[in-house]
Amino acid sequence: MKYIMLIYETPQNLESRKDGERDPYVAAWRAYHKALIAAGAYVGGAPLKNVATATTVRLREGRRHVQDGPFAEAKEQLGGFVILDVASLDAALEWAVRCPAVASGAIEVRPVDVDYHATFVEP
Amino acid sequence: MARASYGRLLAYLSSETRDVVGAEDALGDALLAALTSWPKDGVPRQPESWLLTAARHRLIDQARRRRVRDEHEGTLRRLAAESTATAVAGGTFPDRRAELLFVCAHPAIEPALHTPLMLQTVLGVDAARIAQAFLVPPATMGQRLVRAKQKIREAGIPFEVPQDHELPERLDAVLEAIYAAYDLGRDDAAGIDPRAQDLADEAVWLARVVRERLPEEPEIRGLLALMLFCDARRAARRTPDGRYVPLSEQDPGSWSTSAIREAETELGAAARGGRIGRFQLEAAIQSVHAERAQTGRTDWAAIVVFYEHLVQLAPTLGARVAQAAAVAEAHGAAAGLALLDTIDRAAVATYQPFWAVRAHLLRQLGEGVDAVEAYDRAIGLTEDPAIRRFLLERRG
Repeated sequence: MKYIMLIYETPQNLESRKDGERDPYVAAWRAYHKALIAAGAYVGGAPLKNVATATTVRLREGRRHVQDGPFAEAKEQLGGFVILDVASLDAALEWAVRCPAVASGAIEVRPVDVDYHATFVEP
Repeated sequence: MARASYGRLLAYLSSETRDVVGAEDALGDALLAALTSWPKDGVPRQPESWLLTAARHRLIDQARRRRVRDEHEGTLRRLAAESTATAVAGGTFPDRRAELLFVCAHPAIEPALHTPLMLQTVLGVDAARIAQAFLVPPATMGQRLVRAKQKIREAGIPFEVPQDHELPERLDAVLEAIYAAYDLGRDDAAGIDPRAQDLADEAVWLARVVRERLPEEPEIRGLLALMLFCDARRAARRTPDGRYVPLSEQDPGSWSTSAIREAETELGAAARGGRIGRFQLEAAIQSVHAERAQTGRTDWAAIVVFYEHLVQLAPTLGARVAQAAAVAEAHGAAAGLALLDTIDRAAVATYQPFWAVRAHLLRQLGEGVDAVEAYDRAIGLTEDPAIRRFLLERRG
């Protein structure tokens, strides 16, 4: 089963990115990423730039509405995502609690909608 | 209400009907009734009997409401008879918690639910807290528990301590389930899991319930001893500012002497039973660690011997990794690593202790690059932030 982890990080989490590996948070991420790959659970993922760089687009009655900023404002911001391929939700949740961001931020785990995906993706 | 009382009442009520859900509802209603009537009329002289009688009336109402007379006539008659019997006996009623534990760990019940069922029925721990400990959403855990309890009723699982020829295997399942509440909390090279911390007391409590009923069974005493030895070190596992302290660096002066004394007593009583088992061996290993409080050293040769027997009896991943760590202490890192490398790699892909021990041994052997690699695997699989920090510092 494929799951996505939407990783909500605190401002301090995002701040520590600029120190690179010297910061324990980033070092933990490096290790976490390695462990995911080694266990065969990693499908893909990426960190996202600061929420201040977000632009939200809507099309309403043929008109484009472009808005500066994220879809939803919150204290924690979507800092990145990881797509997992694991046996069950239980296994996905195990990976979520090992994520370095989970101790201060939050991880939303959701199954990928494989059936729906198949309706619009060529095999 | 004290948890002893809740478990005793629920066990007794459900043993009469085999209907745990119905007994829970009845007991819940009785408690509500007590909340309104006790402050007004005063607490009855025998509060447990009062609750038992009130819950019984609810059960009788429940059975009537179902209006399936054939099926429930027997139940009704038994309830009525027992009501009288209880009144005659002066308000005491038998302790059936051990029977309820055997029901919870019955082979017809999915093994993953043995521990959650025990925590909920015998200790009254709510589903949300159990869900948190087992890392599942509260609603999901609630549904699983309800389904399991329905199965208890529908499959007619008997509320009894199994016969002699069945007892060893069935008792194993009970002990395994009690230990599962504790298992993640082990403080060896693996470190501890904070989710399991608050379940440690509950596990010890359950073990005492079984021991009271089956004092002649060495393994239950072995399990109790094992958990008490580990509990004795609880405070020593963290510095006041929350840093993780591995066993080898703990100050034995901060271990609980009373817990160690009780553990030694239990282990001694178990040994007199003359039947060795997995939990007694694990307790014996912890007993050797505890001796450091007296002798100032750890007898790793003794620990290695116990692990050899343990791995023969119960070759779990945890035991095999811990055995390799012990061999490394007794005979050097190379010997430990050689033993560690006999474990199937596929089995340890997400098993943190394997990588933590491997990193530690590779570092000792001067294999810097491989050690960092193993440290990374261990760090990436670590859930506890304090242990992650500890390993990150070790990795350097």
